[in-house]
Amino acid sequence: MAESYSVPRPDVPMPQTRESKARTALTRVGFDFKGHGFRGLLSASVGLSLFALFFLLYGVTSDGIPVLAERGWDFLSSPLSADPSRTGVWQGLKGTIQLVVFILVFAVPVGMASAVYLEEYAEDTWFTRFVSLNIRNLAGVPSVVYGILGLSVFVKFLGDFTGGRSVISAGFTLSILVLPLVIIAAMEALRAVPQSHREGAFGLGATRWEVIRHQVIPYAMPGIATGIVLSVLRALGETAPLILVGAVSGFFTTGDQNVVEDLQGPFTALPMLIFSWARQPKAEFEELTSAVIVVTLFVLLLSTLAAVLVRNRFEKRRQG
Amino acid sequence: MITNSPVAELDVIEHAGLSALPQPNPVVFEIGNLSVFYGDALAVKDVTMNVREHQITAFIGPSGCGKSTVLRCLNRMNDLIDGARVQGMVSYHNVDLYDPAVQAVEVRRRIGMVFQKPNPFPKSVFENIAFGPRLNGIKKKSDLSGIVEQALRKAVLWDEVKDRLKDSAFGLSGGQQQRLCIARALAVEPDVLLMDEPCSALDPIATGRIEELLQEIASTYTIVIVTHNMGQARRISEQTAFFLTRLDEVSDSRYGVLVEYDNTEKVFTDPSDKRTLQYIMGQVG
Ligand SMILES: Nc1ncnc2c1ncn2[C@@H]1O[C@H](COP(=O)(O)OP(=O)(O)O)[C@@H](O)[C@H]1O
Ligand SMILES: [Mg+2]
Repeated sequence: MAESYSVPRPDVPMPQTRESKARTALTRVGFDFKGHGFRGLLSASVGLSLFALFFLLYGVTSDGIPVLAERGWDFLSSPLSADPSRTGVWQGLKGTIQLVVFILVFAVPVGMASAVYLEEYAEDTWFTRFVSLNIRNLAGVPSVVYGILGLSVFVKFLGDFTGGRSVISAGFTLSILVLPLVIIAAMEALRAVPQSHREGAFGLGATRWEVIRHQVIPYAMPGIATGIVLSVLRALGETAPLILVGAVSGFFTTGDQNVVEDLQGPFTALPMLIFSWARQPKAEFEELTSAVIVVTLFVLLLSTLAAVLVRNRFEKRRQG
Repeated sequence: MITNSPVAELDVIEHAGLSALPQPNPVVFEIGNLSVFYGDALAVKDVTMNVREHQITAFIGPSGCGKSTVLRCLNRMNDLIDGARVQGMVSYHNVDLYDPAVQAVEVRRRIGMVFQKPNPFPKSVFENIAFGPRLNGIKKKSDLSGIVEQALRKAVLWDEVKDRLKDSAFGLSGGQQQRLCIARALAVEPDVLLMDEPCSALDPIATGRIEELLQEIASTYTIVIVTHNMGQARRISEQTAFFLTRLDEVSDSRYGVLVEYDNTEKVFTDPSDKRTLQYIMGQVG
């Protein structure tokens, strides 16, 4: 055995060969084509995305900003009008905010509750797996289909209650549309809570409810909040279901109404305005369309900002 | 108090006689033919042993032989695992823990647990410890402060954290986090502390601290500790249970069995089972 390899002996110095051996082994020969090529490809992709984004933003803002600068507050607070110089986005802004409130009030609690049930309570049977799988599928259904559902259920079948083509119908339709997204996001966030964390609380004699209420949900909250915001952003941009449940694409006036009449009456939303103004024959509407796109982007930006703030707050609280 | 009455003298003599013949501590857990299944797989078979009050009982044995499984039966922690099933008997002060009338939540309030990896809650040091007492309905800040201080003192952590009670528990070192978890468990005033390899993620100094702490509190708590560290078992425990995996040739399945359970000194110096000797020699020698 001992002869099969040579043992370096202290009386035979061989620093030269060792050093040169180490040097050849440790220094790189040649250029790392694959590594640099891959990195170049990645940065080119980022560049392409940025270029597309910049192009879009430039096109919209260069047309839209002058309108906003000229009309200012008046553009945001005026109702719709056939006269391009007097029309404003107030009803669209209001409709969009109402829709977000609907989602926060209906889709978020129901979605969170469903996720908590599926992740924390339901046993892992073929039935719960089947349900989870279907929720995932529902998230991929085209939004037009939800629009058709909204039209037949909320506009027609429940028309007496919703007022037909109203913000109530649209709110419920969009809530159902985002429900699977909220459920999936909340389920992922709950699944990411370490089991050791649950066991720590159970080990102190906490009931399942106490563990969920005091440990699991606070821990998962940043993830859930992110999911909620993504869902709301998705809903903010939806147009197809709104068209189907009858968002107004022309002009309408809102006089003195009580809250119920307002909620049951005609409505519109920001993406709907983009859609309908883009189809207007009058040339002035081209710039107005860009202006309403800028307003929409601004609303999206504000929502994202709010989301980041909320998320950081929850994360801080999670640190204790 | 000094008295000269003959009765008192007699008392002293009787006591001396008793301590010369030590009575074993009362039994806390009686485990009889306990088998545990995960789904259809048998994990531990026919464990029978008694755990006694106010002393440290160590579980030793190679990985996968079912030490954690048996330990987690003692406070019904296995209920949380889908498909875990228990056969046989586990009683606590003669109450069958798996009696349908027994509430797992109540069991865990009296039989606390400390885990392998320190798992403080993502909250402040104070809130980590106050969590258990709050569950038990203690709301007054002054009461909670007292409990938190007492628990931290018992866990020999008070001096290190008294100025950072409001800081996140994640800022503590690993050893401090584990002592925090011990303090958290002590704050609900359990009778028993179950510990599953509490030192395996800690350095020798932190381990030494925890060993000292356990020996200190063992006079008032019943402690069952799973450990990979033979030296630790020998240093701190009175009783040692040695588990081993057995291979069932017929069904080609593996399950854990209790090989030997005796005084720690006996297990380490003069085990009655050959396999215990082999394992101890292999680990120490
Ligand atoms: N949650 C579980 N689900 C399925 N099998 C498990 C689970 N926990 C442990 N086991 C199995 O039970 C046996 C004993 O495990 P365990 O009690 O963790 O051993 P130890 O703590 O002695 O290392 C092992 O074969 C392990 O694979
Ligand atoms: Mg284990």
